[in-house]
Amino acid sequence: MNLGALFSGGKDSTFAIYLAKECGYDVSCLISIISKNPYSYMFHTPSISKVEQQATALGIPLLVHETKGEEEKELLDLEEAIKKAKAQYGIEGIITGAIESTYQASRIQKICNALDIECFNPLWQKDQFELLEDLIQNKFEVVIIAAAAYPLDASWLGKKMDLEFIKQIKPLHEKYRINPAGEGGEFETFVLDCPMFKKGLKILNTRIVSIENNHSMEVTVG
Amino acid sequence: MILVVNVCFEKLHYFEFVKPIEDILRNRGLEYSTIHYTQVSEKYLASADRIIICGTSLKDDDFLNKIEKFSWINNINKPVLGICAGMHVIGLHFGGELEKETEIGFYEESFQSFLGLNDNEQVYHLHNNYIDFFHLKEFEVFSKGRIPQAVKHRDKELYGILFHPEVRQKSLILNFCSKNNL
Repeated sequence: MNLGALFSGGKDSTFAIYLAKECGYDVSCLISIISKNPYSYMFHTPSISKVEQQATALGIPLLVHETKGEEEKELLDLEEAIKKAKAQYGIEGIITGAIESTYQASRIQKICNALDIECFNPLWQKDQFELLEDLIQNKFEVVIIAAAAYPLDASWLGKKMDLEFIKQIKPLHEKYRINPAGEGGEFETFVLDCPMFKKGLKILNTRIVSIENNHSMEVTVG
Repeated sequence: MILVVNVCFEKLHYFEFVKPIEDILRNRGLEYSTIHYTQVSEKYLASADRIIICGTSLKDDDFLNKIEKFSWINNINKPVLGICAGMHVIGLHFGGELEKETEIGFYEESFQSFLGLNDNEQVYHLHNNYIDFFHLKEFEVFSKGRIPQAVKHRDKELYGILFHPEVRQKSLILNFCSKNNL
């Protein structure tokens, strides 16, 4: 089956593609929604302009669609983007990296159902420590590019998701209910390398912006 | 041993509709074995103490074309829990017919003493069809409302639920598994 992947450049959407490919599916396009609203309900925004470089590394065409990011209206933009992917690449289904968010998952399910295509959520309900371990085991190089929940501060930006990260996030999960995979928006990630990349990306430059408890790191990669 | 029956045609759906059920069982230390519905045989059924038939996606309904593969349901004397597609399978084998109704996302439903559900619950729906168990005399409906959400055979331990308990009602699966001190 020929699939399109909703792609933010973070660990979840990338690992979902990895699972699909491991199961023998063709992923013929990546669909990235660039939201002008940094607090979008649906789409992760940090460093999304870098997804072009990730798409090149993956060797999969990228379809970019802009949205103003207004609640619910952004769903129409997503539907438009999926329609475009269906017409342009003949996709028969969508893959998402949704884990717990029923808000995201149910809305994407509705769009796919209306367009008569499949919807795959291979990380659905996955234990989030198990996900971190899977990423490490499968040699995904992932860094934190945004943090937005106390006690995560700017010092977490640029941290790699490795065994040391799991060691550090575990007590915060127990004490502050920080979601270990950032599913609650506590942090955002960026994939620098994984087994599907033809060539890994390196961080060349960073620019950190902190506003109260929201910290983000704009990266230049090459 | 709990037999987990996968009804998905699409291999990738295993992660979404079967693995979450396996995770609930594994986390509770319950022994299980998973098998695709096309591979279910007398040998597997004989070795199982209980059986869970998982759900699948809105479009993945190939199992309806091979519904005879579930004919064992009519004669089984072991507890069976059918989730969404699994509930359809049970209903179809007892004379029910699929009715159209699309429900996706959280819905408030009302239950009466059903595997630990006693009141109003927000349940996660993902279906385009349901079976009108109100017209199946062998079954009792344990939910209020027009669309049967939770049913049980009057004489056998055959349970069906239309929603996906792996999202918010994980304990329902454990209650099914722990009945009679399994």
